[in-house]
Amino acid sequence: MRLERRHGTSRAALVLAPFGAVAFTLLVSTLLVLWAGAPVGRTYALLLQGGFGSVFAWSETLTRAVPLILTGLAATVAFKARLFNIGAEGQLYAGALAAVAVGGMHGGTGFDLPLWLLYPLMMLAAATAGALLLLGPALMKNKLGVDEVVTTLLINFIVLLGVSAMLDGPMKDPTAMGWPQSVSLQSELELGKLIAQTRVHTGLLWAGALSVIVWALFKYTVIGFDIRAVGANARAAAFAGVPVTRTVVLVALLSGALAGLAGAIEVAGRTSYVTLDMSPGYGYSGIVIAMLAGLHPLGVLAAGVFVAGELVGADTMSRAVGVPTYIADVIVAASLIAVLVATLLTQYRVRLK
Amino acid sequence: MSDVADILSNVSFWVAVLRIATPLIFGTLGVLLCERAGVLNLGIEGIMVAGAFAGWLAVYAGAPLWVGVGVAALTGAVFGLLHAFLTVGLALSQHVSGLGITLLATALSYYGYRVSFPKVNTPPTVTPFAPMEWLPIPVLDAQTPLTLLALLMVPVVAYVLYRTPAGLAVRMVGENPQAAEGQGVSVAATRTGAIVGGSALMGVAGSFLTLSAFNAFFFNMINGRGWICVALVVFASWRPGKALLGALLFAFFDALQLRLQQSGDAVLPYQLYLMLPYLLSILALVLVARKASYPQALMKPYRKGER
Repeated sequence: MRLERRHGTSRAALVLAPFGAVAFTLLVSTLLVLWAGAPVGRTYALLLQGGFGSVFAWSETLTRAVPLILTGLAATVAFKARLFNIGAEGQLYAGALAAVAVGGMHGGTGFDLPLWLLYPLMMLAAATAGALLLLGPALMKNKLGVDEVVTTLLINFIVLLGVSAMLDGPMKDPTAMGWPQSVSLQSELELGKLIAQTRVHTGLLWAGALSVIVWALFKYTVIGFDIRAVGANARAAAFAGVPVTRTVVLVALLSGALAGLAGAIEVAGRTSYVTLDMSPGYGYSGIVIAMLAGLHPLGVLAAGVFVAGELVGADTMSRAVGVPTYIADVIVAASLIAVLVATLLTQYRVRLK
Repeated sequence: MSDVADILSNVSFWVAVLRIATPLIFGTLGVLLCERAGVLNLGIEGIMVAGAFAGWLAVYAGAPLWVGVGVAALTGAVFGLLHAFLTVGLALSQHVSGLGITLLATALSYYGYRVSFPKVNTPPTVTPFAPMEWLPIPVLDAQTPLTLLALLMVPVVAYVLYRTPAGLAVRMVGENPQAAEGQGVSVAATRTGAIVGGSALMGVAGSFLTLSAFNAFFFNMINGRGWICVALVVFASWRPGKALLGALLFAFFDALQLRLQQSGDAVLPYQLYLMLPYLLSILALVLVARKASYPQALMKPYRKGER
């Protein structure tokens, strides 16, 4: 088997590729539904209804999409520069913890600062916490050649244990009856709701605005160009006068900050305090979302909503027909692999010989 | 400090070290085999989950223990084949493909567990491997045959890598695939073989947890062990002997932090002790970074006829 680069991509291939990817994913998930002994048609109908079938379903999907879009953007920025940040999960928790550290009801009241000061401070603290967490691995990669994938992955475990220690200790909510959860955020800091009686909050606007900002950064600025140049070929970029180390540091700060903000917005918009299960792997899903979107910042919006709908729909469907919710994770993973293969096949032709 | 001396003089401590090291030895050798052929395999975390689940499920369904281990190896090999198809056949990003495999293997295992056992609160159990009490060697006599297998795999992998034509081919395609191709070595076949073999070892690594260390399958039971193996291979400079040393050293500190955590005068929050293994892994990476001799073609996809 060998690959041959296509000269120009045929329109048919571009149209067929996404369909092929969807067909493959559906095949995998259908087999799994059959294994669980559930009615296939009804399972898919419930999955779609649960994710996208009503105002309530949409509100839940969009709520779930907010952290996914933000971690998706974090992965997009880093992967564009070929900085493989797999640490968004830890950065998210660090951001959430920093947000509560600034805006929490410590000692029953919290810091007595005016809201116009406290609110930006909270977001800034979260972004800084996430950014600093990725700075170490980025510098270790750049200066020592230590693979950032392994360091960022290992740091996720360290951060989670650190959060656990904080929730048992200094930031423990004394009124939580022994549950490991942090003190709540001051209620004025919580994000407003977009639709009454649902959980969709203004964090969705943050996610949308940041997607556009990141897109514009890549499209219109020199920094964006530098990032893409470093990602395409770091040596060539250095030769052309791109400050590689500075760009990598900037990418790390930006990517980490986005993941940190995901944590702060999750706390301010949905949970209002930090728990150890506040993220069911949003950091890792962000990578899938970035890849599904082909590392396009605006595509991340669509991919984030798609994955969120899948997860929310799987919850509803599982309660009704008893197919385990893990099917959503299988679908997400299978679609990642399918999309990667489909994208490649639009650029290369496989010759079996 | 007398605490530490007490702990170290206790045989049960060294038994624990070897037990903790066993899955790391299998896993590290698996990663080593893949990376020597030039392919990063971040699927290890998920492959270990799948191996742990599939091996355990086979035994739960009535298969003998060794068949369970075989099933785990086979499961690992299948995911390895998928990773090889994506990274060798299609030359996709090794990072992304590996993470995709981890997500897929983990999700499939959890799904399979929930489909097989929809409503259990206490995890169903099997009778795991028994310790080899007949062995006249202290510490080892408290281990199961899988630990012995892990220790034996170290010289086996070393022999294959350094003393056989297949091993030479693996090292060649990991250093200079163009030159290997020129010598008539098929890069694709060699890399695929190494990934499949390495992934089978990762599957066995997982099965040790469900068939020897414990007797049931839990969610999150792998808990980063796979990633630690990836770090240990760098620490070991891609050498099987040093990989064994690294796994033992790591297990030593892990066992020590567990004992210190439980000892009476532990003043720090227990989470800080649990962080120690991960911190040590990062420290090890930093320490060897300067002189790390990566396989030259690691993470570089090879497309025949393209430079």
